[in-house]
Amino acid sequence: MSDTLVDFDEVLTRYEPVIGLETHVELGTASKMFCGCSTTFGAEPNTQTCPVCLGLPGSLPVVNAAAIEATIRIGLALGCRIATWSRFARKNYFYPDIPKGFQTSQYDEPLCIAGHLDVEVDGETHRVEIERVHLEEDTGKNLHVGGATGRIHGASHSLVDFNRAGIPLVEIVTRPIPGTGAQAPEVAKAYVTELREILLALGVSEVRMEQGNLRCDVNTSLAPVGSLEWGTRTETKNVNSLRSVERSVRHEMRRQAAVLDAGQRVLQETRHFHEDSGSTSPGRSKEEATDYRYFPEPDLVPVAPDAEWVEKLTAELPELPGARRTRLQEEWGLSATEMSWLTGAGALGLVDATVAAGATPGDARKWWLGELARRANDAGVELAELAITPRQVAELTALVSAGTVNDQLARQALDGVLAGEGDPAQVVESRGLAVLGESDELVSAVEAAIAGAPDVVAKVQGGKVQALGALVGAVMKTTRGKADAATVRRMLEERVL
Amino acid sequence: MSSPSPQERPGPGDTAGLGRQDVAQLARLARLALTDEELDHFAGQLSAVLDAVAQVGKADVGDVPPMTHAVPLTNVTRPDVVTPSLLRDVVLAGAPAAEDDRFRVPQILGEEQ
Repeated sequence: MSDTLVDFDEVLTRYEPVIGLETHVELGTASKMFCGCSTTFGAEPNTQTCPVCLGLPGSLPVVNAAAIEATIRIGLALGCRIATWSRFARKNYFYPDIPKGFQTSQYDEPLCIAGHLDVEVDGETHRVEIERVHLEEDTGKNLHVGGATGRIHGASHSLVDFNRAGIPLVEIVTRPIPGTGAQAPEVAKAYVTELREILLALGVSEVRMEQGNLRCDVNTSLAPVGSLEWGTRTETKNVNSLRSVERSVRHEMRRQAAVLDAGQRVLQETRHFHEDSGSTSPGRSKEEATDYRYFPEPDLVPVAPDAEWVEKLTAELPELPGARRTRLQEEWGLSATEMSWLTGAGALGLVDATVAAGATPGDARKWWLGELARRANDAGVELAELAITPRQVAELTALVSAGTVNDQLARQALDGVLAGEGDPAQVVESRGLAVLGESDELVSAVEAAIAGAPDVVAKVQGGKVQALGALVGAVMKTTRGKADAATVRRMLEERVL
Repeated sequence: MSSPSPQERPGPGDTAGLGRQDVAQLARLARLALTDEELDHFAGQLSAVLDAVAQVGKADVGDVPPMTHAVPLTNVTRPDVVTPSLLRDVVLAGAPAAEDDRFRVPQILGEEQ
């Protein structure tokens, strides 16, 4: 059953969206949140479990210090206030992926409160208020058997792997974000993108979305233009790529507009996002907070981060993406547009590292946004996934500036590097790509060209100097592009004129 | 310090008995199918338990600061170090049913429409 949808631009003539995001991030700790089981991704099912994360009777959890520290650092990076007193709570619900019958989470006393993150969309800055950042544990993974393509619908039974259960999970909750209008889908995406950059800069998580390190629940509501009250929101669960975040907001806006246009009410519910169609479908009816019967976790004592420690963590924060962008834009003398090309291509960090390895900012940008971007695009991968390091790109630019290779030969050297033949200098050596100096080989090629085209020589000597181009071309052909054109021209002129 | 004052939390004294509807709701959350007779039965029993606990509410605690934990400790943590897990065979031996090295559970209902 597919929903009626209103054209996106038309939605905005009648309604204003309010969005909100809950983002779950799996921390990159070595061990789980409350026990010493490994967190390694992709291990054989149920090989990383113990009495604590299986919720066996009599087992007692102990908090992973590194997870607390990572959460506080995330809070600080988002400008949050760090609580001086914080507790864990039990969130009670029954579902097969939760072995204890409750998830250890935080309720009324989270670790970090009231921060913000500024995101930019088309040159416009939107401030996203952060309500809270809290720490909890991940659940196990269900595999549904007997239905179509692993869907829960129609499955005969399910199989559970508890390796993931108990991995530290940080939840970052925004306050409702009003006033984004037509940019709502892009703001949602830009927020998650920026958040991901911050998490990477902090080094608290690998943030690999395809591995589920970062998962978003996206809230969307619509209210008639000019209305003082916000509409009823839906929560689209487990949106697992940046593009899907944008698409899910767009879809919900279009779907809810159709519901409201028909004079009906939007149901407050959980919805599932479908990657293939970009649409959403209803899930279980939303449980109220009271349904979870939260209560303080009696097996864990409170966490009270002392001020000195928080101060130390604040002082140790790395340069954050926003500050870094501002600094690099200034250092490299780029316009805002040029800067947005770099960030949009995911090339900022790569160019920075290439400059650090000795290239000029101009050369580094030229290669990453030019030849390398083209190859990444052809291969359908991200720039960072190309089999070349910033140091190798810097080496290539050095070979060009030293005149060892010209741009065309450098591109051939790039082929070799990408094919795994080694560093640029090695490839130039092994493939024999170096530009020919005034060597015997080049001299004989020049003389052969002159001898082979007496008619052209006569023309040049008769005053048609531009005819020399044909001779240059002939030399380049014999040397298979390895000669420097300017050198060849000079050598020809010396002999013909 | 932001530990909540006692007024912010519903104490046992606030629960004047459980109605049949409350029990039905709890049963739904616990994924239990109860008959009408059972609902009446448990509503009575659970109300009696709550009434008994509610006597705590009679104590005069005006001068007593709210207690956050039975043990007056904070920041009990462990270093982020991996320790050995259980062997899978041992883990799955405790499962009611297992298949493909995983815990086998019955069909999950009411999740997707």
